[in-house]
Amino acid sequence: MNALAIDNLDISYGDSKVTHGIGFNVAEGESFALVGESGSGKTTVLKAIAGMAKSWTGSISVFGEQRTHGIDRGFARQCQMVFQDPYGSLHPRKTVDATLSEPMAIHGMGDSGARVDEVMQSVGLDRRFRFRFPHQLSGGQRQRVAIARALILKPRLLLLDEPTSALDVSVQAEILNLLKRLRREQGLTYLMVTHNLPVVSFLCDRLAVMRHGRVVEIADVGQLKRGEMQDPYSRELTRFSAAHPQT
Amino acid sequence: MSALLEIENLRVTFPTARGPIDVVKGLSLTLGRERLGIVGESGSGKSMTGRSILRLIRAPGKVTADRLRFDGVDLLAQSERQMRAIRGARISMVMQDPKFSLNPVMTIGDQIAEALLTHQKLGRADIRGRTLAMLEAVRINDPERVLGLYPHEVSGGMGQRVMIAMMLIPEPDLLIADEPTSALDVSVQAQVLEIIDDLVKRKGMGLILISHDLELVSSYCDRILVMRSGEVVEACDAGELKNARHPYTRGLLASIPRIDESRDELPVLERTGAST
Repeated sequence: MNALAIDNLDISYGDSKVTHGIGFNVAEGESFALVGESGSGKTTVLKAIAGMAKSWTGSISVFGEQRTHGIDRGFARQCQMVFQDPYGSLHPRKTVDATLSEPMAIHGMGDSGARVDEVMQSVGLDRRFRFRFPHQLSGGQRQRVAIARALILKPRLLLLDEPTSALDVSVQAEILNLLKRLRREQGLTYLMVTHNLPVVSFLCDRLAVMRHGRVVEIADVGQLKRGEMQDPYSRELTRFSAAHPQT
Repeated sequence: MSALLEIENLRVTFPTARGPIDVVKGLSLTLGRERLGIVGESGSGKSMTGRSILRLIRAPGKVTADRLRFDGVDLLAQSERQMRAIRGARISMVMQDPKFSLNPVMTIGDQIAEALLTHQKLGRADIRGRTLAMLEAVRINDPERVLGLYPHEVSGGMGQRVMIAMMLIPEPDLLIADEPTSALDVSVQAQVLEIIDDLVKRKGMGLILISHDLELVSSYCDRILVMRSGEVVEACDAGELKNARHPYTRGLLASIPRIDESRDELPVLERTGAST
């Protein structure tokens, strides 16, 4: 079964249409990347899936169920999002414990204490960080908290919006290893937005290249590694990344 | 060739509740009219080094050095007024993000002209001519139109080129570029760096390129300093980076994923203390 199926998706902000006829499928357990430059509409696609960009037409279905346009509690249990900037995405006046317990309270799940412990352990955060505030954590630790928050409801699909681009290279390596391990251990499906092709090469199975709100090419990661992308624009992107490997 | 910039034993200190902390610990370097890259992760003191050359470290931060000379001038002995004559005109700095560094309520033309007028007296036609020429030099296609735009009306890449134009129009001898491209897309990055590179070569400026991106710095600089917690751990020619000896540099290089990645797990730097 497809974890995510998107067909003919047009998303608009007010009068301006941002994406045009986006379509791709992500199989269950797969890790899929959306790449492209800023303004190509890749983050907008994630937002539409998450219910944060509400005016769209076309179809989005998650694990076989049609996605409605708004925020949907049942959907939230299936699919969670990790944002780019761990300095901005955590509430500055909530402790790690409060941040992680809140989704459980919203969804009326009991025994949150034990679950918080478990999730912190699985993202590699020591127990003593549980009652700290975000400003007492490093960038990498904060991104671990953000990932833990996304995982706490045991979703099956994670939307990752540039999860490592605000981090240093050595920290990026740790978070990438973590994401890879979590996917293996928990059978997660990833849809990741990034402009960093080497990261795609490390973490993903397939990728879609976007430009000006359209998907120009969907390729296997093997094609990326061997430099066999077909579309001229994807080849250009690959060339830039090979010349100046991004961190 | 006499050195353009000489730094000996530079220290930048900030007071904290637990006593003063050195964020730059005794850095020394000599720079000719060449391209030097300073690389390091956040908190390594690379930006502080750049800012202390222009004496832009605010109190309570303190800069001390045995020697901080630029083209024969002792920068630490200059008054604020004298420093203002040096900043921009002789040493200028390109900042990371055009969104925050350009004045949002001033047109691009006025901002570039201001950079010029602060240091020289020129007629209106002269200013306009030089501003247009400068915008062309940073490869902006339609300079007449761009002059009248406000920063929010241009893209990130164009904003960064405007900033470079602004910094280069007084024709400084030394350009300090602090992460000039990390807010930009990969394809625009290459363009912006090529522009800086071209202008630096043509005008014979010195360049200090500060970045967290090892590979990028190694492809645009002649020499590289790798910094870690305020100290230089490795200094080498850019071409020699592959043969870096210090374990930290090697660790950094290894932790970057490659486009033809085949490793199942990326090596991680050993850290003292807490997990990150």
